Amino acid sequence: MPTFVYMTRCDGCGNCVDICPSDIMHIDKTYRRAYNLEPNMCWECYSCVKACPQNAIDCRGYADFAPLGHSVRALREEEKGTISWKLKFRDGREKNFESPIRTTPWGSIKGPADYEAPNADAMKSQELAHEPEALNIPKLPALTPDQLKQGVIS
Amino acid sequence: MSSSPGKKIIHVDSDILVIGGGMAGCGAAYESRYWGRDKNIVVVEKANIERSGAVAQGLYAINCYMGMQWDENQPEDHVRYARNDLMGLVREDLGYDIARHVDSSVHKFEEWGLPMMRDPETGRYMREGKWQIMIHGESYKPIVAEAARKAATEVYNRIMVTHLLLDKNNANRVAGAVGFNVRTGDFYVFRSKAVIIGAGGASHIFKPRAVGEGMGRTWYAPWSSGSAYALPILAGAKMTQMENRIVLTRFKDGYGPVGAYFLHLKTYTENAYGEEYESTWYEHTKELVGEYVDHLPVPTCLRNHAFLEEMKAGRGPIRMVTKEAFQDPHKETVGWENFLGMTIGQAIVWASQNIDPKYINPELTTSEPYVMGSHATCSGAWASGPEDYAPSEYQWGYNRMMTVDGLFGAGDTIGGSAHKFSSGSFTEGRIAGKAAVQYVDDLGNDQPEVSEEEFMNLKDVVFKPMENYEVGRNEIVAGTVSPSYLLPIHGLQRLEKIMDEYVGGISSHYTTNEPLLTRGLELLEMLKEDMHHMGAEDLHQLQRTWELNHRILASESVTHHTMFRQETRWPGYYYRGDHPKLDDDDWHCFTLSRRNPESGDWEMEKAPVYHIVD
Repeated sequence: MPTFVYMTRCDGCGNCVDICPSDIMHIDKTYRRAYNLEPNMCWECYSCVKACPQNAIDCRGYADFAPLGHSVRALREEEKGTISWKLKFRDGREKNFESPIRTTPWGSIKGPADYEAPNADAMKSQELAHEPEALNIPKLPALTPDQLKQGVIS
Repeated sequence: MSSSPGKKIIHVDSDILVIGGGMAGCGAAYESRYWGRDKNIVVVEKANIERSGAVAQGLYAINCYMGMQWDENQPEDHVRYARNDLMGLVREDLGYDIARHVDSSVHKFEEWGLPMMRDPETGRYMREGKWQIMIHGESYKPIVAEAARKAATEVYNRIMVTHLLLDKNNANRVAGAVGFNVRTGDFYVFRSKAVIIGAGGASHIFKPRAVGEGMGRTWYAPWSSGSAYALPILAGAKMTQMENRIVLTRFKDGYGPVGAYFLHLKTYTENAYGEEYESTWYEHTKELVGEYVDHLPVPTCLRNHAFLEEMKAGRGPIRMVTKEAFQDPHKETVGWENFLGMTIGQAIVWASQNIDPKYINPELTTSEPYVMGSHATCSGAWASGPEDYAPSEYQWGYNRMMTVDGLFGAGDTIGGSAHKFSSGSFTEGRIAGKAAVQYVDDLGNDQPEVSEEEFMNLKDVVFKPMENYEVGRNEIVAGTVSPSYLLPIHGLQRLEKIMDEYVGGISSHYTTNEPLLTRGLELLEMLKEDMHHMGAEDLHQLQRTWELNHRILASESVTHHTMFRQETRWPGYYYRGDHPKLDDDDWHCFTLSRRNPESGDWEMEKAPVYHIVD
């Protein structure tokens, strides 16, 4: 379902251009609004739809296999921490869903340098950051070289 | 866009350069910073790390979690599982290493704010299957990207890395990378003591089933352009198991995932006449692969094989029986949210075709092949294993270092470590990140040097397609047909056709043989020559051109590996018509390749497979 942009809603802010993983949302030079310049490289990931502050971007299913008349709309609300979906079938039936997207405030992650610096012994060990505590088990599991054998295992 | 792409050169120096800011790259950045407080850590990404890589759209499950805290699984169990699924051939040392660390990554994701589903009775993470836990992962990638941004010294978005740079004084040591900014056209020269490749696997090397607008709805992201393979191949790194492409059984057209359907919703498949069909093909499959047919769970490729045989027998379509499960409102919600969380396109296909799985059993299909290192497949670079137990043949330096000094990898980049998925890719990035810090510390004053001649030559090569277009464009009135240049889409479609017809794509029922592969290589050679005549109208098309170059290199590698392995190890992924059976006597081994960077010739060899006992 490649994306498209409604002329009357888009204000040319460029959020979709900035976020699109496929680099297919660009600003039209004449209209100064966004458009999908390469629909056959659109994954329907909805990154642009979710990022659009004007709700100006929608999708129309891939022409090769999606009959017209459907609609799948998303509303992602960061402050509320939810995403809401409204599906409309070709025959008019509807379904609605809502899911949480995050349980902590945006920007609240503690960076790795905010933890106490590890010592030289830890650097030489096989443990990664926050281990073994973050594993919730007492010790990082390990093997010894003699446990590895060549040949077919059935 | 700048008026003269390539005019400005920007130099960026770092201790550790992370190429690709997906799950693996974010893990690498995080861990490098934890251990290397004083290090200059740079992440470079062709899109925007907030929504880049295969997890850009979100995920509804984390497919690699041990649950060691509840004694649900141990790392050894995961090794046995991956080995079984890949028909005996995985780097068990690498797989064990990811499995022993992966729980700590997942616990961090939860602490960072990723909504995990929990079993109301036990309070544990809700299991979808033995290895999978269920999440509300719409913002999985933005959350992980936040952690990576806090770790990195600098993140450079919208820069397409085209080549690695090698040390002026040591041709087998990495010294950085070059690329261009797809917005400004500035040429970037990254000098770095260590490089970690966290780039993506390859979609769009085999012709997809949909070739109109729907070609964008590949199962793996269309932006996964095989840079994970092309960058190390160009630098002369050894690759492994590149023939082990993956074919997915998925819901038709949208390629919506089936994992939650099989494992959590307990739906099952049947043929057009409502019959179970997998057992029909038991004896036939046993003739091809022997006792592997009795392994449980049935390997992914063998389930595909039964599906394909049933379709060829004329009893398609194969359908997923959903009508029973979807009577339960909880299961119905899970079924839909599963798609909305990670494959919205499938929900659209069903809405558009009036398919409500509560009343209609939806069709399944098998996808075109993909090359990747993180799913039920293990193509990628040949990497050094963990210091504490990897056998000597697998250990020549730092953990996850390739056969080029200072060049590390994780996720789709690293071969042999199947079934790592999102959490395992992030974890492998962490492993590589810590090792790279150690490598840089040990270098001391013995630092790599980039050659100005090398990067200036590369600058000309990188921007040549724009020059080709500018010169050739005036020959013609309008349109896309020129006698002087090809557009990136032309090259892409030729590549997909070659791979499809000669290397085992959908149109040949995933079947190839030595004469077909030989011809395929001849045609790939001509395509490579034609790549000197690519025309790029703008920087976006220049990005597509370089993605295509990377896809072609990955494809060439796949073709050489497929030729070298004279057996059919994974029926259902691909078939060698001239060697239709699994052959453990000669091929219970890894295939290794190296492309000589000087001559472009490929050298193939075998490497031993080591198993953890039992």
